[in-house]
Parts: sequence; structure tokens; C-alpha cells
Amino acid sequence: MSASAVGLAQIGKSVFIKGELSGSEDLYVDGQVEGSIALKGNSLTIGPNGQVKAGIDAKGVVIQGKLEGNIQAAERVELRKSAIVTGDIATQRILIEDGAFLKGKVDIQRD
Amino acid sequence: MKIFRGSSSTETIPAQSAQRLTRRSSGLGELSRMWESAEGLCVLDLGATSPTNIRHFTERSHRIYSEDLLTASTDPALLIPGEGGKDEQGNPVLDSRKFLADNLVYPAAHFDVVLCWNLPDYLNEGLVKPVVGRLWSVLKPGGMLLAFFHTRDAGPDSPCHRYHIVGPDTLEMKKVELKREVRRGPTGAVHTAISDSFHLQRVFNNRHIENLFRDFASIKFFLARDNIREVLVVR
Repeated sequence: MSASAVGLAQIGKSVFIKGELSGSEDLYVDGQVEGSIALKGNSLTIGPNGQVKAGIDAKGVVIQGKLEGNIQAAERVELRKSAIVTGDIATQRILIEDGAFLKGKVDIQRD
Repeated sequence: MKIFRGSSSTETIPAQSAQRLTRRSSGLGELSRMWESAEGLCVLDLGATSPTNIRHFTERSHRIYSEDLLTASTDPALLIPGEGGKDEQGNPVLDSRKFLADNLVYPAAHFDVVLCWNLPDYLNEGLVKPVVGRLWSVLKPGGMLLAFFHTRDAGPDSPCHRYHIVGPDTLEMKKVELKREVRRGPTGAVHTAISDSFHLQRVFNNRHIENLFRDFASIKFFLARDNIREVLVVR
């Protein structure tokens, strides 16, 4: 199901945003973002075309594209097989598919 | 201190994939006792991202860093153009300063454990000593490093394996192949890697290995039946 079909806020693959991005709804990024992304209590998905250079603070993070920056996720991080991540990850739960690329730290934070 | 022991072996997992092998590892067994009894260790795993290894350490409340130096060493930007990019043997000559400016960038004395696996056997000649020097500096005093070295009997075509921890002294081995997605690198720039696969670059004898780790406090050798020597060094 596409991001638009489920009513997610969406940044399309032709869009480039530079600056601080914050909100109180789930976000799907398939374009380029540079800066920071704060979605406390909500989830971020970086689509297969997404290229993000930003620190991320969210409840859940799913990555299919490319991320340069640290992730602070309150609940869960998923790195899909096409993910390329350079940065540190702090979260409670993590799922990493075979083929995902990670250069950085994984720190599991307990309740 | 040098102790020789022999206890490792290799066996094939019959089901599912013929490419997947397991081997017993005495060095891993000794390290396992450390991370099973300690808390909050800082571990550096040098190889392609391994969900198995990440799970192994995070389940035990340790922090794990993942870094694939072998793939990073295939970046053509590392070639030194002034020397034609090749040495007398036709091997690529790489800029170790540039390599270490982009890789293994951690604070001094940061890690309790470094899992080096078979990296020195497959890494470009010019990078081996600088990388081991950097590993010394990022290890804590008393920290331990595990490395594997092929013996001459292994032969020049020994495949490069990625090691996944599946038990206290058991590793699963998967052959490493350079895939196009991997070659894309962390910056996302698609480039043609220096080589299409990883080849055994050299065979270290015991004297070479002792010399390579001469700045470390102690070195322990474990002999295995599969033409691999395991080395556990302590900073």
C-alpha cells in the first residue's frame, strides 16, 4: 500500500528540503532532506529513493533508502535490505534485514 | 605470552544452503566468556553488516559498532595516482591516510573487543599496518582483538568469509562477494570497485603475526584443522 493511500504525510522523490522538519503525524520521505527530523510519538519511513542527511528523533523509523545521521527511536528501528545507513542508532528494538548496510553503533535502550 | 592450542573444526550445514558453513572457534569461545560475564561492553565488528552479530550483542546489553573496512578499501578514490595506482606486483597502491581519515574514526581507548576476523589476510598491503595501529589506539588497555589468519596450506584461492556468531564458540561462515549495491558505499556515490571480489593477499607466518601485533601486551595462537590460525591479542 502506498504512503498516500494510507494517509501519511509524504515527501515525494522530486522534493528537496533543507532545515528542521517536525510534526505530529507519520511521515514518508522518498525525496531528499537535509537538517533534522523530529516526530516524537510518530513514525518516519525513508523510502527506497529517499536520501536523508539528518538526525532523526521519532517513535519508529523504517529505512529503505539512504541515511546519514543518528537515529533516536523511542520504540523500533527497521533497516530493510536496501538501507544504507551511516550513523548511530539508539532504540528499544531493532530489525535489520540481510543486505542492509550500517556503519555505526547500535545501542539498545532498556525500559 | 604465546600458547598454541588446537581445537577448531569446520563442518557443513546440510540443510538449506551449501554456501553456509560452521566452524568451532576457540578464540571466540574465550572471548565469549568475557562478554557473557560482563555488562555494557563496547564491541567493534569489522565486516559487512551482520544482523546475527548485532542481535548477539544487543541481546546481552552490549553496544556494537559495525564497519566494513574491506568494502571501504575498494573505493577508487583511495588510489594514489602519482604512482600509477599499482605497485611492482600490479597490486593497487592505496592512500592509507585518506583511508583512516574516513574509516575507524573513534575516540582513543573506546572498545573492549574488536572482532577483526580475517581482515588482515584480504586487506590491501599498504593498509594492514596502519589499520592495526589504529585498532590498537581505539582498544582499551586490556581490551581484546580476535583475528584469523590462513596458513600456507589454505591455498591462494581461499574464499573470503563473513563470520556470524551462532553460539558461544560457533561461527557461521558466508562467502563474501562484492555486490553492486555494496559498492555504492555509504556516501551513496555509485562507483566501480577496484576489484570484483576479495582475494587472499598474503600468508602471514607466526613471526609476521607477532610483528604485526608487537605493540600489544600479549598474543595467543589457536591452531585449527581448517588451515586457519586464530589469534587473540590483548592491548
